Amino acid sequence: MHIHPLDAYRFGESPLHRLDARVKLSLVLLFILCVSLTPTGAWPAYVFLFTLVLSVAAASELGLTYALKRSFLVLPFLFAALPLLVTTRGSVLAEVSLGGWSLEVTAPGLERFLSIALKSWLAVQMAVLLTATTPLPDILVAMRALGVPRLLVAILGLMWRYIFVLADEALRKMRAREARSASAGGKGGGTITWRARVAGQMVGSLFLRGYDRSERIYHAMLARGYDGTVRSLPLKPLSSTERVVLGTGIAILFSLLLLTHFLG
Amino acid sequence: MSTLDWLYPPLATMSAKEAIATDGFSPAGPVPMHIPDGFLSTPVALLMWIVAVIGVAYALWRVNRELDERQVPLMGVMAAAIFAGQMLNFSVTGGTSGHLVGAALAAIVLGPWAAVLVMTCVVGTQALLFQDGGLLALGANIVNMALVGVAVGYAVYRTVRKLAGDKNWGLFAGGFAAGWLSIVIAALLCALQLAISGTSPANIAVPAMGGIHMLIGIGEGLITAGALAFLYAARRDLLMAGKAQVSVSRGLWMGGLAIAIVLAVLSPLASSHPDGLEWVAEQQGFIEAAREAPYQLIPDYVFPGIPNEAVATIVAGIFGALIVFAVTYLIAAARHRRESLRTR
Amino acid sequence: MNARKKQESAKSEAVHRGVRQDEGMRLASIRPAIEVCDLSFAYPDGHAVLHHINLSIEQGERVAIVGPNGAGKSTLMLHFNGILKGEGTVRVDGMEVAGPNLPRVRALVGMVFQNPDDQLFSPTVFDDVAYGPIYMGLAQDEVQRQVTWALQQVDMEGYASRVSHHLSVGEKKRIAIATVLAMEPSILVLDEPSADLDPRARRTLIQLLKRLPQTLIISSHDLRLVKELCWRTIILDEGRIVADGPTLKLLSDEQLLYAHGLEPV
Repeated sequence: MHIHPLDAYRFGESPLHRLDARVKLSLVLLFILCVSLTPTGAWPAYVFLFTLVLSVAAASELGLTYALKRSFLVLPFLFAALPLLVTTRGSVLAEVSLGGWSLEVTAPGLERFLSIALKSWLAVQMAVLLTATTPLPDILVAMRALGVPRLLVAILGLMWRYIFVLADEALRKMRAREARSASAGGKGGGTITWRARVAGQMVGSLFLRGYDRSERIYHAMLARGYDGTVRSLPLKPLSSTERVVLGTGIAILFSLLLLTHFLG
Repeated sequence: MSTLDWLYPPLATMSAKEAIATDGFSPAGPVPMHIPDGFLSTPVALLMWIVAVIGVAYALWRVNRELDERQVPLMGVMAAAIFAGQMLNFSVTGGTSGHLVGAALAAIVLGPWAAVLVMTCVVGTQALLFQDGGLLALGANIVNMALVGVAVGYAVYRTVRKLAGDKNWGLFAGGFAAGWLSIVIAALLCALQLAISGTSPANIAVPAMGGIHMLIGIGEGLITAGALAFLYAARRDLLMAGKAQVSVSRGLWMGGLAIAIVLAVLSPLASSHPDGLEWVAEQQGFIEAAREAPYQLIPDYVFPGIPNEAVATIVAGIFGALIVFAVTYLIAAARHRRESLRTR
Repeated sequence: MNARKKQESAKSEAVHRGVRQDEGMRLASIRPAIEVCDLSFAYPDGHAVLHHINLSIEQGERVAIVGPNGAGKSTLMLHFNGILKGEGTVRVDGMEVAGPNLPRVRALVGMVFQNPDDQLFSPTVFDDVAYGPIYMGLAQDEVQRQVTWALQQVDMEGYASRVSHHLSVGEKKRIAIATVLAMEPSILVLDEPSADLDPRARRTLIQLLKRLPQTLIISSHDLRLVKELCWRTIILDEGRIVADGPTLKLLSDEQLLYAHGLEPV
């Protein structure tokens, strides 16, 4: 079986893989909300949240560093929060001279910056674990259970199905472009407008192929009785074990919030 | 680099540098537009979710009412096409690479309501599957890229087309302007959200985000125009189909222009006013709320003695926006009348 | 299920003779499976694709439609379940393919498209195979049963929870057939079933098609496959039927084949 690099799901038989997607999605959303509500500089709470991430990672049997490695995606965005270091008022920790300017890094600034970085990192890891252990079709079912409209879920399902088909098409186009532009020498080659036109053409032809394909898909849907409505089978009820897991998860997150409030 | 790295670097041994350096296949790459979790304060994130839900629900209602049944596969495949199109990029200048968000292109080709749904699915999939943008922050990302990006792109395109009459240059100029402005406005909105959240001071975030995206937006504009040129050459009828929706979406047209103008005017004012937004944020208790969660999720929204300065700034911004808007509209209307006289 | 028993018993029969021992089938065979009368079709841009097509296909027949690209094969087949509507009439099992009959016609005529990526549009194999039964209005447990049964028919049990992009072309093709078998059609229409298949996948597919009891209409460039599966062949060129007769006779007429862009095998 070949695994498509765009598919974030990793095969497995772990307890986390087997847990119902509705439970997983709800808990991950609540976890991220909980992280967001945790006050700035509540270090013990962050440590506890991190142990939650680690235990979920352990339950995933993907290795403890799996989510860790993939969580550095947020790093570039930290630039946005960097000014906080020097713009927050408070006791000065260090002075940095940058060109002609002298900037003062303050303790509250550092605290806010680190808090944002940590929160972001915790949230991403949980999201990584969700997508690595849950096939997207299950997440779609979970979204339907959480009240996302059927039409939107149907579009998402189709989109996910054809990402793989179209991404392969796009990849072939990229290769073809590489092959052609290699002779021109240098990266990309040509003027900006030329390169933009080539990129635009590729996007345009992706759209065009998309149009034609959607027409054929429409025929295939009609042939199997499609009548303009979006239909799906009713959802299975959650098992009692799944309810217990969901309840426990909610209880842990809620008590953490209460604790950080009273202690912090 | 192996195929795997090329196709989706984060899944292989992720290296942001490589993704940026490659003049080729990479995900969102260096474009700081998808806000991750942790960067927005909870009230801002939840407020944006409310706006997103209302906007998407309205779009769903319009699509259900107006479009025929073949739109469902079309929207699904187009969402995939935009997703794949976002992976194509090319270097613009100075290390920035042009790449597609696609909101303007989707709005032009599919019409605004279908485009809102398509972009919502694209942004949602990026967050859900590739952690490109957070889940709690998804509301804000949907607002920025799927609602405002589409509205602005659509409005700008329609305006330019109207100004250009039946001439072909309107298609390309309109596509470029729509692509460029949709990116810049979405970035400004993103900066304002970060500023109100107390994550990034407005006087730094707004010029930085605005400035970077004025460059990055060039790529978006060029690709949008290039794609339209290709579609125009290959299948003119597809672009003409969008034309039928002129009257249907007049409200959105005007709304999109209004959003664009208000943000374009308001953001520089917010940033030039020292600590402007952060001050507002502190007054509203956003930052406090983040510190004293969860009980002050909804702080008392009293505004004790807003200094006239701040009020004046915002009022001036809105006033300026209205003037620019009115002038644009009058010019467009006059051109339109002249065109219709000529054709008669 | 009744239809399933029918299919079991029909397996052993010489299907292409068009006559069956089974009582139900004999009653049904009074009406042709598909009857096309004076069908012409032009696309909205005025481009005419089909000209005055007349043909009749008996219950249980296996018919090949061959001809060069652009001859109108796919267009003709899209008329069999009313996706396209031209001038003239098409009847399926005596029912005119139009208006209120369409849902029943589409349940009777299973259409397998050339590219399985167009036919498998759902997130999982299960969703795809269940699509037809769900739109037929079957109850949840019946849908489940139909999916299991249809996957068995194509030797793909255990693939229900797979996602399509993890499948090979041959597997996709068989799942595509399962998606229509799940609706228990009496007629199967296949567009280029062996396209893009490697020799082994092609062989598996031919074996699969051989044991299907349905009326088969196959459009193909693969004349070996046609020879092996179909007793009757229709040659279509430039939107007209230029020959209609026993496969062996037509495929041995080199002059006829070359005249219509085909090569003898």
